[in-house]
Amino acid sequence: MDEMALTALELAKKIRKKEISVWEAVKAALINIEKREDILHGYITVDQEGAKKRAEIVQKRIDAKELLGVFAGVPVAVKDNICTKGILTTCSSKILENFIPTYSAEAILNLERAGAVLIGKTNMDEFAMGSTTETSYYGVTRNPWDIEHVPGGSSGGSCAAVAAEECSFALGSDTGGSIRQPSSFCGVTGLKPTYGTVSRYGLIAYASSLDQIGPIAKDVSDCAAILETIASYDPKDSTSVKRKYYNFTSALVEDVAGLRIGIPKDYFGEGLDLEVKRAIEHAVKVLEERGAFVEEFDLSFVEYAIPAYYIIASAEASSNLARFDGVKYGYRTKDDTRLHQMYKKTRSEGFGAEVKKRIMLGSFVLSSGYYDAYYLKALKTKTLIKKAFDRAFEKYDVIVAPVAPTTAPKLGESLCDPLKMYLGDIYTISANLAGLPGISVPCGVDKKGLPIGMQLIGNCFEEDKVIRAAYTWERSQEYKRCPIVKEETKLYC
Amino acid sequence: MAHIISDEIMEYVGILAKLELSKEEKEQAKKDMGNLFDYIDKLNELDTDGIEPMSHIFPMENVFREDIVENQEDREAILANAPKKKNGSFQVPKTVE
Repeated sequence: MDEMALTALELAKKIRKKEISVWEAVKAALINIEKREDILHGYITVDQEGAKKRAEIVQKRIDAKELLGVFAGVPVAVKDNICTKGILTTCSSKILENFIPTYSAEAILNLERAGAVLIGKTNMDEFAMGSTTETSYYGVTRNPWDIEHVPGGSSGGSCAAVAAEECSFALGSDTGGSIRQPSSFCGVTGLKPTYGTVSRYGLIAYASSLDQIGPIAKDVSDCAAILETIASYDPKDSTSVKRKYYNFTSALVEDVAGLRIGIPKDYFGEGLDLEVKRAIEHAVKVLEERGAFVEEFDLSFVEYAIPAYYIIASAEASSNLARFDGVKYGYRTKDDTRLHQMYKKTRSEGFGAEVKKRIMLGSFVLSSGYYDAYYLKALKTKTLIKKAFDRAFEKYDVIVAPVAPTTAPKLGESLCDPLKMYLGDIYTISANLAGLPGISVPCGVDKKGLPIGMQLIGNCFEEDKVIRAAYTWERSQEYKRCPIVKEETKLYC
Repeated sequence: MAHIISDEIMEYVGILAKLELSKEEKEQAKKDMGNLFDYIDKLNELDTDGIEPMSHIFPMENVFREDIVENQEDREAILANAPKKKNGSFQVPKTVE
């Protein structure tokens, strides 16, 4: 039996029925890790011993009927910017090369309560700043569909690990598209919830007003169930929202009759790859045939989202990353005889180039004399973008869009032209600025054999509509496993 | 208009950000930031007069709680992460002569 080909919910069911033990499930993930990690490098840390111990505990609690959680015994991987008590958490940075958190993020505690077994921490762009997972201090992750290509980012390790079946599901974080874009590039499903839905307590902050933790899995059902597990109101996160509903799985209904879908014309123009465009148009047609009402509209302000984002995100990053000073944790320079010199050297030696660039940009736009011209202007632009979405959601239940203009670029192509890389986030960034939920679901493969994703965006707190539409689309097609997984399965069968 | 990031600005930002770049890093950062600012200038096309700036999506309120210690005693684990420590405290370079 190929346990890792199952979705997380299917695997959990087998564990509940005692058809397979927790350790067998965890071991299956560890075997895939051993087979594929030399090439893929989706993980920074694989905690084999810890996973074994956790598997034993979970098994005992299942046997004692204490643990009835939906993910009891299921192996999970977590992005390395989410704190895990006692397990190295690096944020893919040298500055946290030896950081062992003394507490776990609230989302991790919620997962543990549901019985999921943490097996490791996944690679990402340093401090989640990047779109390719190439800015990691610990080396690049390769796309399991084609190892010459990037997995996307910044949650590239999590998405590659899910696609390569090195875990049953994973957690990522999304500040400007960091769950949705790599999910699209790796042919998996990733969901960014409404801002405030999942506690940010224990998520190492990049841009606090935009960051959200979310699920990455093989399908929409898993994502809905994972979100239901990790979402909670948390007084420890002052931006946590008390939602009216946390039951996301009840939205798993195969029915879009009467659902109003808006297609923003400004997302389908110049710059969008033709194959990506066609794949999404096909998916929209399927939804229309299933009874959805589809209409094109002008969203407007689209081209202003990226400049506004880089100002806001960099400004918040410059403040959030001030805490890394070589005093309480992480890396400290050897040259530490004078205090200010120690700060400067520690940070200059500990941060990578992209992180330094964004900290400097952020410091600049917040500095006196430039604050109004840049930071305030960006916040006003954010207001305009939010209002544009408000208007759209008066007419539509769900907005359908591409996730990225192209499929996954080749390794090394993006970093030499950073502005081009930034522009690649054009379809995902607005959802963060407006706090909206968005999901990326696979909707085809291009001529090169790389997966294409479709994005569905909903109004704040309307994950249910997004999930329903995504689920209905998903039911019309089969989950496509990436080639290396299929080839190996043939070999081993 | 093309933005030229001067050495003075780089130095000023370096002080604010507590960063000291190598010569090569500095040249690259100047170029990249210049390009980014050229792009950011696009925002000037927008008339934002009378528009309220939005820092948070939802109205924010202060979250109050009783002043009760909830954390466990984990001094040792916290100090284990310190690059340098002395007598149960973080150790920093001498700051007062």
